[in-house]
Amino acid sequence: MTTTMAIKVTVNGETRVADVEPRTLLVHWLREDLALTGTHIGCDTSQCGACVVHVDGRAVKSCTMFAAQADGCAVTTIEGLGAADALHAVQDGFWEEHGLQCGFCTPGMIMTAAELLARNPDPSEAEIRHALEGNLCRCTGYHNIVRAIQHAAKGATA
Amino acid sequence: MTTTTKMIGQAIKRREDPKLITGQGQFLDDVKLTGMLHAVVVRSPYAHATIKGIDASKALALPGVVAVFTGEDMSDINPLPCAWAAGKVDNNLNTPRALAVGKAMHVGDGVALVVAEDRYIARDAADLVEVDYEPLAVVVDAKKATEPGAPQLHENAPSNIVMDWECGDREKTDAAIAAAEVTVREQIVNQRLIPTPMETRGSVARYEPATGEFTVWMTSQAPHVMRLLLAAFVFGIPETSVRCISPNIGGGFGQKIFVYADMAFTMWAARKLGRPVKFVEDRAENYQSSTHGRDHITDVEIAGTRDGRITGLRIDTLANLGGYLSTIAPGIPTTLYGRITTGVYKIPAAHCRVRGVYTNTAMVDAYRGAGRPEASYLIERMVDRFAAEIGMDPAEVRRRNFIPPEDFPYSNGMGLLPYDSGNYGPALDRALQIVGYDALRAEQAEARKQGRYLGIGLSSYVEICGVAPSAWIGLPGEGWGAGLWESANVRVHLTGKVVVTTGSLPHGQGLETTFAQIVADELGVPYDDVVVEWGDTSGTPFGFGTYGSRSLAVGGTAIVKTVAKVREKAKLLAAHMLEARVEDIVWEDGKAFVKGSPDQVKTLGDIALQAAVAYSLPEGMEPSLDETTYYDPPNCTFPFGTHVAVVDIDADTGAVSLRRYVAVDDVGTVINPLIVDGQLHGGIAQGVAQALTEGAIYDDDGQLVTGSLLEYAVPKASLFPQFETDRTVTRSPVNPLGVKGAGEAGTIASAQAVMNAVIDALQPFGVKHLQMPATSERVWNAMHGGTRGARS
Ligand code: FES
Ligand code: FES
Repeated sequence: MTTTMAIKVTVNGETRVADVEPRTLLVHWLREDLALTGTHIGCDTSQCGACVVHVDGRAVKSCTMFAAQADGCAVTTIEGLGAADALHAVQDGFWEEHGLQCGFCTPGMIMTAAELLARNPDPSEAEIRHALEGNLCRCTGYHNIVRAIQHAAKGATA
Repeated sequence: MTTTTKMIGQAIKRREDPKLITGQGQFLDDVKLTGMLHAVVVRSPYAHATIKGIDASKALALPGVVAVFTGEDMSDINPLPCAWAAGKVDNNLNTPRALAVGKAMHVGDGVALVVAEDRYIARDAADLVEVDYEPLAVVVDAKKATEPGAPQLHENAPSNIVMDWECGDREKTDAAIAAAEVTVREQIVNQRLIPTPMETRGSVARYEPATGEFTVWMTSQAPHVMRLLLAAFVFGIPETSVRCISPNIGGGFGQKIFVYADMAFTMWAARKLGRPVKFVEDRAENYQSSTHGRDHITDVEIAGTRDGRITGLRIDTLANLGGYLSTIAPGIPTTLYGRITTGVYKIPAAHCRVRGVYTNTAMVDAYRGAGRPEASYLIERMVDRFAAEIGMDPAEVRRRNFIPPEDFPYSNGMGLLPYDSGNYGPALDRALQIVGYDALRAEQAEARKQGRYLGIGLSSYVEICGVAPSAWIGLPGEGWGAGLWESANVRVHLTGKVVVTTGSLPHGQGLETTFAQIVADELGVPYDDVVVEWGDTSGTPFGFGTYGSRSLAVGGTAIVKTVAKVREKAKLLAAHMLEARVEDIVWEDGKAFVKGSPDQVKTLGDIALQAAVAYSLPEGMEPSLDETTYYDPPNCTFPFGTHVAVVDIDADTGAVSLRRYVAVDDVGTVINPLIVDGQLHGGIAQGVAQALTEGAIYDDDGQLVTGSLLEYAVPKASLFPQFETDRTVTRSPVNPLGVKGAGEAGTIASAQAVMNAVIDALQPFGVKHLQMPATSERVWNAMHGGTRGARS
C-alpha cells in the first residue's frame, strides 16, 4: 500500500505537486491535503453531487475520480470559482434567491450550475431541473435553486 | 416605539450565505486537530445476533492502527439515556451503549471501534476485525413483533412492547361509532423514512488530561442538551467538564437532535488514547445506524352522518421504535401524534391508543414533523375516505367540520393544551381559489371520459410548534425528562454593536438573519449592528436546541424579552445622563431623548459607553448593558393551513406526476417571507417524497434493502413543479411577536395532499386507499385490480 504516484494538478490556478496513493480519491486529496474543505462528501455511491468540482471545465463528482486521474488537469473548486467580494454569477444567484439553507449541497450545486450556464447560457426550467439530476438537496425542495440559476442566467444574458 | 424602516416582515437575503456559497462554511468533517486520529466502526451484518467473540489481532497488526476497542472495554460508561419516556404509563426502556455488549440488535449496530492514524487505514483495519456471531431469530415488522411466538428482543419487554399509551375518551368513542350512520374503517401504514440530511453525522472529541475536560465537536441540533446527557448520564462527570460545539450543520431534520454512540465512543477513546479522535459516518452507516422516522401501522375508524358531520374517531397504532430507544423516541408517537390526531376538526368523540414496539431495525425517533405528519396524514386520509363514502366533495366535508374561529382557544379532548388561535376556512378558500378548484373538477370529469386520470388532493392541517411549557411537557406530565424553555443574552458593546447569544442552534433555518431582524426592530438599531452568536456551550446560555419549529416562538421570544430589558435599562441610564425623569424619556430609532427635545439625544452607543465605563450611573445601577432571559412559554403554538396537490397519472405505466402544488399556510406573524417560503418548500418536498418515492425497506432477515442513496429514493429536482405558496396571518396570542413556527408545516401538510390526489385520480378504478409511496408499480397494480403493493 505504500506505492505512491507523483501528480501535478493545477488547482484554482495554482500548480500543485504531490505524491498520492493510487486509491486516494480526488475529493479526499482536495479536502485533506489541500485543505479545500468547501467540496463536500454526502454519500458513498456517487449520487449526491456535494463533491462536484470542475476538471478541465467539466463538472465532475470528485468522489468518483482518483486524485491520480487528475494528473495534468486543471481543477476548479468552489473556493476558486469566486470570492466573497467577487462572487460568480451563480453564487450571487444563490444568495439573492435564497437557493440554500444548510449550505451543505450548495458548493456542488453551484459548480454544477456554473457548468450548465457555461454550456447553455439560457436554460429552460426543465433543462435546469434535468441538469441537477446528479445533485441532491434535502433542504430547499429545489424551488429556489432553480430560481437562483435562472437569476444567474438572466444576469449573464442581460 | 417607531423605527424608520421595519425589518420584521422584510424578505432580506441571509447573512449566513456569503460563507456557505464560497466554500468557507465549517462543517464537522472540516474540523482538523493536531494529532487527530480517525475512528471507524465495525458493524453487525446481522439484525439480531449474539456476539461470541471479537478477534482484533489482524487489525492491530496493520501499520497505522492505534487501537481496537469493544463494548466490554467501554463498560465504565453508562448506556445512552432515553430522555422522553411516554407520560404517565410504564415504559420498558432499553437504550444503546457506545458499542453493543453481548448482542447486536439491528444491522449496523456497532460492535467494535478501530482507531488509526488516517481514515483509509482505519477502514482497512475494520475489515480485518473478526467477530464471531451467532445469529438469532429476527423480527422487523411491528405487528409481527407483538404476535405470539415472535422473537423476544429484550427481557423487560414482553411481546416487544415498549409502552401502551392512550388518550381521548374510549367509551364515548366506542358509543359514537356504534351509533353512527356511517363508519369507515381502514388500515393505514405510515412507512418508515430515512431523514437523510445531506451531511451525515459525526463527532470529534478532544480530552485535556491536565484539566479533565472534554471538547466535543458534533453534528448536533442541541449541543447544550448533549453536554448534559453525556456528562451527567453517560460519563457521570460534571457538566463543566464537557464543552460541546456544533459547527455548521448540514441539515438535521430531527436526526441530529439525539445523543449517539459516536459522541460517547470518540470521547472515551480520546481520553483513553490522549489524542483527539474523529468519527464521521459514511452514508451507508447513516442509513443503518442513525435514526429513522415514522413507521406506524394504524387501524382507524371514522364515524359520521350522511350530511357530512364527523362524530367519532378511533385509532389504534403500532409504532415501530427499532432495536433500542433513541433519545426521545417514545414521546413522538404519543404526545406529538396521539394528542393531535383530531386535526382541524371538531370531533365530539375520539380515542387513540399507541403501542411502541421493539424490532430488529434502526432506532426510530423524530423526523421533520415528528408525530404530527403521521397524525395529519391519518385524519386527512380518513376525512377523504369518509367524503367518498357519503359522496360529498372533500372540501365541503372539511368546511363542515372545521373548528369554528369563535371556539379558540380550543381544547380537542385529547389531552393537548388548547389550540392557541385559528381560522381554518379562509386558508381553505384561498387554496381552492389559487388552484382553480371548480375548473379542475370540470377538467377531471372531462379527462375521465377520455381515459386520462387527473387527481386533486386536499390537506387541511394543524400542528404543534414551540412545545411548552415545561410544567406540562415535563416528567410529571408528558414525560419529557427536562424543560423546554429557551434563553437569550443581549449585550451592547461600547461601540453600540449589539451581540445576541442564543441557545437555539440554526442549521439552515436562517435564524441569524431572522433574529437580527427582530433585534433591529425591537431596539431600533441598524440591522448590520446586530451580531448573532450560537453553537458553543461555553459561549452561549443554556438552550434546548432547534427542533419542533420552536426556535422563533420560544428562542425568538426570549430575545424579544431580553431586548426589552436592555431598552428599559438604557432608558433609565439615558434619563440619568439627560438629567430627566425616566417617564419623560422617549426611545426612538435606537436613541433616547426627553419628550419635546428631540435634538438632544443619547444614542445606544453613548449609553452603552456610559454603562461600560460606569463613571456616572444612577444610584444602585450595575455597570454594562447586558441582560439575559430564560423564557418558558405558557402554551404551544398551532400553525395551520390548506395544501392542494394536482397529479396526473399515466394510464399505461401508473406513473404519477405532480402537476401543481398550492400551499396556503398560516404560521402567524412572518419575520422574513423569503426564509419562511424556503422552509415551506423544503418541508413540502419531504412530504411529497414520502407520498411518491421514499420508503425504508427491511427484508425478513433484517437487512436494510434501501441501504444507500442508490435504493432509497431521495427526490431529485425533476420530481417537483414550482410550488405556489400563499398565506393567511392569524397571530399567535402565546408570544409577543405573534409567531407560530414554519419549519415543519410543509412536511406535516404535504404527504396526504399528494396521496389524496393520487387516490382521487384512481376513483374510477374503485380504489379507496393506497399505501405510500405511490410508485408506478403500486399505482398500476391498483388500476388493474392487482393486489401487489396495494396494501402495505
Ligand atoms: S460525495 Fe456524493 S456524489 Fe460525490
Ligand atoms: S441546502 Fe441543505 S442540502 Fe441543500
